[in-house]
Amino acid sequence: MGVPGAERTAAQQADGQPAPRPESDDDILIRVENVVKHFPVKSIGFTRRTVGQVHAVDDVSLTIPRGKTLGLVGETGCGKSTLARCVAGLIPVTSGRVLFEGNDLSRLSRRQMQPYRREIQMIFQDPYGSLNPRQRVGSIIGEPFAIHRMASGGERKRRVQELMERVGLNPEHYNRFPAEFSGGQRQRIGVARALALRPKLIICDEPVSALDVSIQAQVLNLLADLQDEFGLTYLFIAHDLEVVRHVSHAVSVMYLGRLAEAGPKEPVYETPRHPYTAALLSAAPAADPNTAASRQRIILVGDVPSPIDPPPGCRFHPRCPKARQLCSQEEPQLEVKAGDPVTHVTACHFPVEAGENLAAAGSRESGI
Amino acid sequence: MAYADSEARRGGGRNAVTLLEVKDLTVSFPTADGTVQAVRGVSFTVDAGRTLGIVGESGSGKTVLTQTLLGLTPGGEISGTADFDGTDLLAITEDQMRKIRGAQISVIFQDPLTSMHPLYKVGWQIEEMIRAHDKSVSKAEAKDRAVDLLRRVGIPRADQRVNDYPHQFSGGMRQRAIIAMALSLSPRMIIADEPTTALDATVQAQILDLLQKLQEESNTALIMITHDMGVVADIADDVMVMYAGRAAERATKQDIFYAPHHPYTKGLLESIPNSSARAERLKPITGQPPSLIRLPSGCKFHPRCAYVMDRCLTEEPSLRPVGEDGFHSSACWLPTAAAGLGERAEEIRIKTVREERSEAAAGIAEGIASAPASPRGA
Repeated sequence: MGVPGAERTAAQQADGQPAPRPESDDDILIRVENVVKHFPVKSIGFTRRTVGQVHAVDDVSLTIPRGKTLGLVGETGCGKSTLARCVAGLIPVTSGRVLFEGNDLSRLSRRQMQPYRREIQMIFQDPYGSLNPRQRVGSIIGEPFAIHRMASGGERKRRVQELMERVGLNPEHYNRFPAEFSGGQRQRIGVARALALRPKLIICDEPVSALDVSIQAQVLNLLADLQDEFGLTYLFIAHDLEVVRHVSHAVSVMYLGRLAEAGPKEPVYETPRHPYTAALLSAAPAADPNTAASRQRIILVGDVPSPIDPPPGCRFHPRCPKARQLCSQEEPQLEVKAGDPVTHVTACHFPVEAGENLAAAGSRESGI
Repeated sequence: MAYADSEARRGGGRNAVTLLEVKDLTVSFPTADGTVQAVRGVSFTVDAGRTLGIVGESGSGKTVLTQTLLGLTPGGEISGTADFDGTDLLAITEDQMRKIRGAQISVIFQDPLTSMHPLYKVGWQIEEMIRAHDKSVSKAEAKDRAVDLLRRVGIPRADQRVNDYPHQFSGGMRQRAIIAMALSLSPRMIIADEPTTALDATVQAQILDLLQKLQEESNTALIMITHDMGVVADIADDVMVMYAGRAAERATKQDIFYAPHHPYTKGLLESIPNSSARAERLKPITGQPPSLIRLPSGCKFHPRCAYVMDRCLTEEPSLRPVGEDGFHSSACWLPTAAAGLGERAEEIRIKTVREERSEAAAGIAEGIASAPASPRGA
């Protein structure tokens, strides 16, 4: 099943789209360059003037090598889902580029985008809301084929049943409705639908957060197996840091629309340099009482500020236990800090040093 | 830290002050499709100043259990007793229950957005709670107390924020306000039903920290309902693991995490991704939780249990002691020595299973081993 490469190129040329140009770095599947996404805030009333901008994503760059998983973590409202939607081409970017195999998706018309939609698929968080309750499972999973006019009739049914079997659903349940499945099984339906067109990139937006732990592990294993089998590339968004650690090769941490820290999984988790990453890691509950008891939890002060009017300088400075004057004046840039591997970048003026106790610094200010 | 404190408290004797003693609580709901057996014979105790974590997946009955204690499950067929400091919560009238609910036992729900009325000011909602239980408190007094409470739970500029509406609060602040409301009448017990599930990790840390601090200050008993083993590891003293409406295992936090006896508890722990087993495949529990209308025969976990034996198919085990402390109990037919995550315990489990299994059980075990958790083999 799936589309041979030749066929795909032909389809693109038919659309007036040049064939993918030979690439300098062939192993990079997707490259996001300085992507900015602002949403206008309109005034209430007749004029509907634009009175402000929600800075959902501000100047974010990242790359994902072919066949790897990039974990994107951050709290509610940090812009991780908006970034994912920009990458998927579901919403236009304000500025910046999204390069898929070297082709800039952000400049394409709807029609030109069509062939790329096959290559990039999404799995959503809510296994209840993301499936049409009145559509039968067979038709949900078969819909990508219908949209792209690929397989029809018996051929489509055969392919859908293959997919169902592959993700661990009983192919005999082809004619059932989503309501007849449990949460974990529904998420498998979502996975099968995403897999139908044999995409290269799957964007997983909190794919397991609505599932019970025992079921969550089933779905994570399935995603790992599919990656091995089909060489899939994942952009994996989650707020559960242990889940991200389990599935990812590299991790990017977002805070209020910007990248705070990015790099391979080990250094980011073992020796976080950004105080926000350190706080996030220390706040994640560990399912181990001894660790929980001995750990110094960094309790951050207050909440994430509004992205309409982000704080000047470093966006994290109002909550940062290490903040100094400079932090409120000058925005730090992502750079390699002393002693870190070149792939590990941090946007902080005063990065966390080895052995530093931030918990003590944090509690000093917790009265504010 | 807080954990060490509670250990010290335990030194004074387990049943120092038992506040709540639930015995054989059963709740079922008749529906058109059949009877939903939500809770089936659960017994437990909660001591003053201690935290009981109730863990289980969706549909395990953990929420129905605690709602029933507060008379919030209309339409349910209820049996059993729940002795709260001399009063049987299941036998009192609605009027009597109203005096207890909020004043003696208060609840914190999961969703901070819907547990407040959107059209009333936050302060007013706290004042209402105070004045509903004590008419002699003047409006001004109630407002002062509301400000005090908001300050205590860490709301900045509480004297101004008291006049805000719930939508002007962030998620974390709303949950703080709910906690303030729950504390307003100095209850002796708080039931927190997934209080941090809707919150981000850093805010969750703030809220758990706050609950622990408040509990230490006032010696309140806390029942923490959660699906997150991480939250339990953090805040609980004792843990009850529920499965299909029953207690599968009950023990101190240490025993649950380091010497679990019930295969379901073990499965829950093993299916959590953690740093030590990062590179390995996760070990999920295969299959789905059962329907509460059509429960399986025997032990309700047997269709998903890798250690299924013959008697599991026909006889349902009840909680029996499996540890030296007399408290650690498990509802499983495996021998007492099978508690633990180590190799020795596993050897005992395998040996027992080999002796106690004939064709029927072996068939189920085979089905589990080749289940489509990983469809690769299929």
